[in-house]
Amino acid sequence: MTPPMIRSLLWLVLLAAPLALPAAADSGAPGNRALGRSSIAETITQVQPKIVKIYGAGGFRGMEGYQSGMLISPEGHILTVYSYVLDTDYLKATLDDGRKFDAKLLGADPKLEVAVLKIDAADLPCFALDEAVEVESGTRVLALSNLFGVATGNEPASVQHGIVSVKTSLAARRGVFETPYSGSTYVLDAMTNNPGAAGGAVVTRRGKLVGMLGKELRNSLNNTWLNYAVPIAELRTSVDEIRAGRFDPERRDASTARPQRSLQLSMLGIVLLPDVLQRTPPYVDQVYPGSPAAAAGIRPDDLILLVGERLIQSCKALRDELEHIDYEDPITLTLLRDQELLERTLQAKIEEEP
Amino acid sequence: MKRLVVLAAATLLAGSRAVPADTPTTATPPPLVDSAVLRAQAERIAVMDRAKDSVLGIFSPSGSGGGSGVVISADGYALTNFHVVKPCGDALKCGMADGELYDAVIVGVDPTGDVALIKLFGRDDFPHAELADSDHVAVGDWCFAMGNPFLLATDFWPTATYGIVSGVHRYQYPSGTLLEYCDCIQTDASINPGNSGGPLFDAAGRLIGINGRGSFEKRGRVNVGVAYAISINQIRNFLGYLHSGRIVDHATLGVQVGFDEVGRVVVENILEQSDAYRRGLRYDDEIVSLGGRRITTPNGFKNVLGIYPKGWRIPLSFRRGGQRYDAMVRLRGLHAVEELLEKAAGRPRDLPMPIPEPDKEPDPDDEPGPREPPSPDEGPHPDGSRKIDIPTPLPGQPQMRAPRTEPPMAEIVKQHFEARRGFANYYFNRLNRDRVWKAWTARGDFSAMDGLWTLAGELEGSEAFQFELADTGGRFALPGGEAKWIATDDFGASLAPPQSGGLLPALYLWRRLAVTGPEQFGDVTYLGTLPLPARQETVDALVGLYKGVECHFLFDPVEGHLLAVEVFPEEDVDPCEIYFSEYHQVDGRFLPGRMEVRLGDDLYGVFLLQQCRFKEDTGSQKEAVKEGGRESENDGGTD
Repeated sequence: MTPPMIRSLLWLVLLAAPLALPAAADSGAPGNRALGRSSIAETITQVQPKIVKIYGAGGFRGMEGYQSGMLISPEGHILTVYSYVLDTDYLKATLDDGRKFDAKLLGADPKLEVAVLKIDAADLPCFALDEAVEVESGTRVLALSNLFGVATGNEPASVQHGIVSVKTSLAARRGVFETPYSGSTYVLDAMTNNPGAAGGAVVTRRGKLVGMLGKELRNSLNNTWLNYAVPIAELRTSVDEIRAGRFDPERRDASTARPQRSLQLSMLGIVLLPDVLQRTPPYVDQVYPGSPAAAAGIRPDDLILLVGERLIQSCKALRDELEHIDYEDPITLTLLRDQELLERTLQAKIEEEP
Repeated sequence: MKRLVVLAAATLLAGSRAVPADTPTTATPPPLVDSAVLRAQAERIAVMDRAKDSVLGIFSPSGSGGGSGVVISADGYALTNFHVVKPCGDALKCGMADGELYDAVIVGVDPTGDVALIKLFGRDDFPHAELADSDHVAVGDWCFAMGNPFLLATDFWPTATYGIVSGVHRYQYPSGTLLEYCDCIQTDASINPGNSGGPLFDAAGRLIGINGRGSFEKRGRVNVGVAYAISINQIRNFLGYLHSGRIVDHATLGVQVGFDEVGRVVVENILEQSDAYRRGLRYDDEIVSLGGRRITTPNGFKNVLGIYPKGWRIPLSFRRGGQRYDAMVRLRGLHAVEELLEKAAGRPRDLPMPIPEPDKEPDPDDEPGPREPPSPDEGPHPDGSRKIDIPTPLPGQPQMRAPRTEPPMAEIVKQHFEARRGFANYYFNRLNRDRVWKAWTARGDFSAMDGLWTLAGELEGSEAFQFELADTGGRFALPGGEAKWIATDDFGASLAPPQSGGLLPALYLWRRLAVTGPEQFGDVTYLGTLPLPARQETVDALVGLYKGVECHFLFDPVEGHLLAVEVFPEEDVDPCEIYFSEYHQVDGRFLPGRMEVRLGDDLYGVFLLQQCRFKEDTGSQKEAVKEGGRESENDGGTD
């Protein structure tokens, strides 16, 4: 048997395996209402209440002010993607039953572009992340999201169907897809990743959580859009850490002790963009030659995402955070440059007292 | 990429269940596809094979433009989008899977709902789709679209795309200024330019909607996995109006609603001229249900309104101070007449999808779709290479070509087309008006009975009554008194008897229609089909205009009986309603035994007819309204 043939047969087995098991229920037989409807409709009924419509910053052309999310705890933790939409003090979440909540950004991991929100609620239907499954190519899946903001209020999220084309890494595509995410992804053969879909859930026909729909990604070579989901396994550690308090965007409260002499940006040789907005993203505007920042390779237009493990969402948040760092301690900055994440450790240069 | 190619190849292999011939038997895995899957696939193939026969590719006579459609009756009536037929004109060419190109003519259009009814010629046994009940469509149902996306099929064999229902009862804000998609079905089956107007079938191949719109934003006008179909139940409501050859209007309640602070849907604004106001609805009342559907959101309210034509009466329930009120409300037109005509003739930029051109040689570097100007956010590629051009539209500027000179209208189309202002094709109005008229007169011909009509009997409650009707007016007599009404040019000035809303003028117009017929009555047109309170099926309606008064004559579509007369002496007031029933045959004519008269929320009276006399005008002595006593002749006798 020639090698390609073996490969074909291998694929046959892979493709057939997920088909064979749930075949009776998943056949979607035309005209066979009882079969076709029961499995998918039941799954949809069971999953839809876990999907959340999220409203935040944005709202102008190309920057929709909404995205999707999924409930991951009965007390109102919401898993979603970390995006500009969350960059506001006025985050709103609408549940499947139409109830509207103020949502709080509990934390986010910029490396995975994952965020966890919290609403004040109880006894909510939710996904258990530790029950998420990994699936093979060829697995038939459903994607649920509020793509295009089609649904409002108590209108249910949209449902699409497709199969997992392949599980692959986007790292090999660097320069083609503009994303800092370098882990594995499920590529889907459905048109899932539309505006507003990010944060939506991909589930098996039986309703088992598989992944989270990612942000829109355009292939810069051929101008097509990628439809993909991030496997839950890739996100779980980060989500647990966020829920445990890591990547907390909250400023330390006033009572926290401050060092006698705090770190200042000028000691690092960094000048930020003028702080003109309520939340100006902390972009580096200038780096002084010969400064610690220059030595660490920090460049203008780098965006500062993390100081240590603290999520930084604005120039002001960055300055506040530095207030709590002793000028003699080294700090690690996580930066975004051309959709690539960089970590740089800096030690302030102490000016000789005259 | 390699992995994907291998996968694709493997998928094809798996799909055809081909096993390499030289594989040793021992190494061949047993067939791994469950027989249930194979059965389901075979069934799907059979369903699609049947469904394809009713699907149309639609073109203008010159071959430009195009879209899809679906035949819904053996005599060739077919549905498509308004935005498909609009650039094509009044005559169309329709290709079917049998490879034939049929002539077709426009029948009626609903510009707001983006629906058009057309009629094909050349057969009396067209394969046609079965209409489903789209209210039973549920999210997750399998469905498939058929049509001619990108006008790929030159032999008219439709393209099938398969998907699931992604959402139901979706509301989509008007695109441009006109096309509002209410209560539509959302699907992830691929819908592309050229699919417009084509059918969305359920898994059994029954028609659940007409595909017409997608959520197209920055990705260009190609499928993005989100498309909307106008529900067939909405179209069913409009079908009678579309058969009337009209430019059909949608409806409004004259009410704006919104959420109040506790999340109820309440009246935020109400037009005092609206029927809803006359039925008691007021500012701040909570809307409980409309059209029999529970209302929980303003979008849900708009969804319900969007599925009804102007003039329908639908149930409304509202709540004030804990008290619930139920009423039947008449829906107003969404547009003023002029406004609707202007919009129907509007610019193509309001159209939701561009129409591809079939005979355009595709640019080898280009997508086969419609060519659009590049999006402003697409900069030149950094390395200077040419991007594959996925067309991206500029907002509000779908590219439409100027219509080229169309060939002369085919003879068969010419015979079935009649232009008239306010109508898409007046020919079909006349056709249906005459159908209704014939069915009624077959039940009793009154054309010679142009003299005095005398109707006598007992009011429910055993008081005797008598009506006398003649060309000059009418008289209504009870033992305790009488009311007279003289027909003048100021027809609606006196609405005798008092509190009836104009019972004598209404009976006068009924007699006038029966005697003169639709040609001489005034302007009589076929209105469409309407619901009637306490009746399951809709009924046929003729609308007559006489001396500025509008009257509706509602007929049983099966029996042909006149079921009701409604006379609107002026706009925005309650009509006098007469409901006729208990028809029985007297001397070769069917006559009603019961006449119920209503005005607004009130019952004026129930008249049990016992004796009806219809006289011929002898010419010499013109009968006038005169004193009358109880007739002694046999019931329904005529002179």
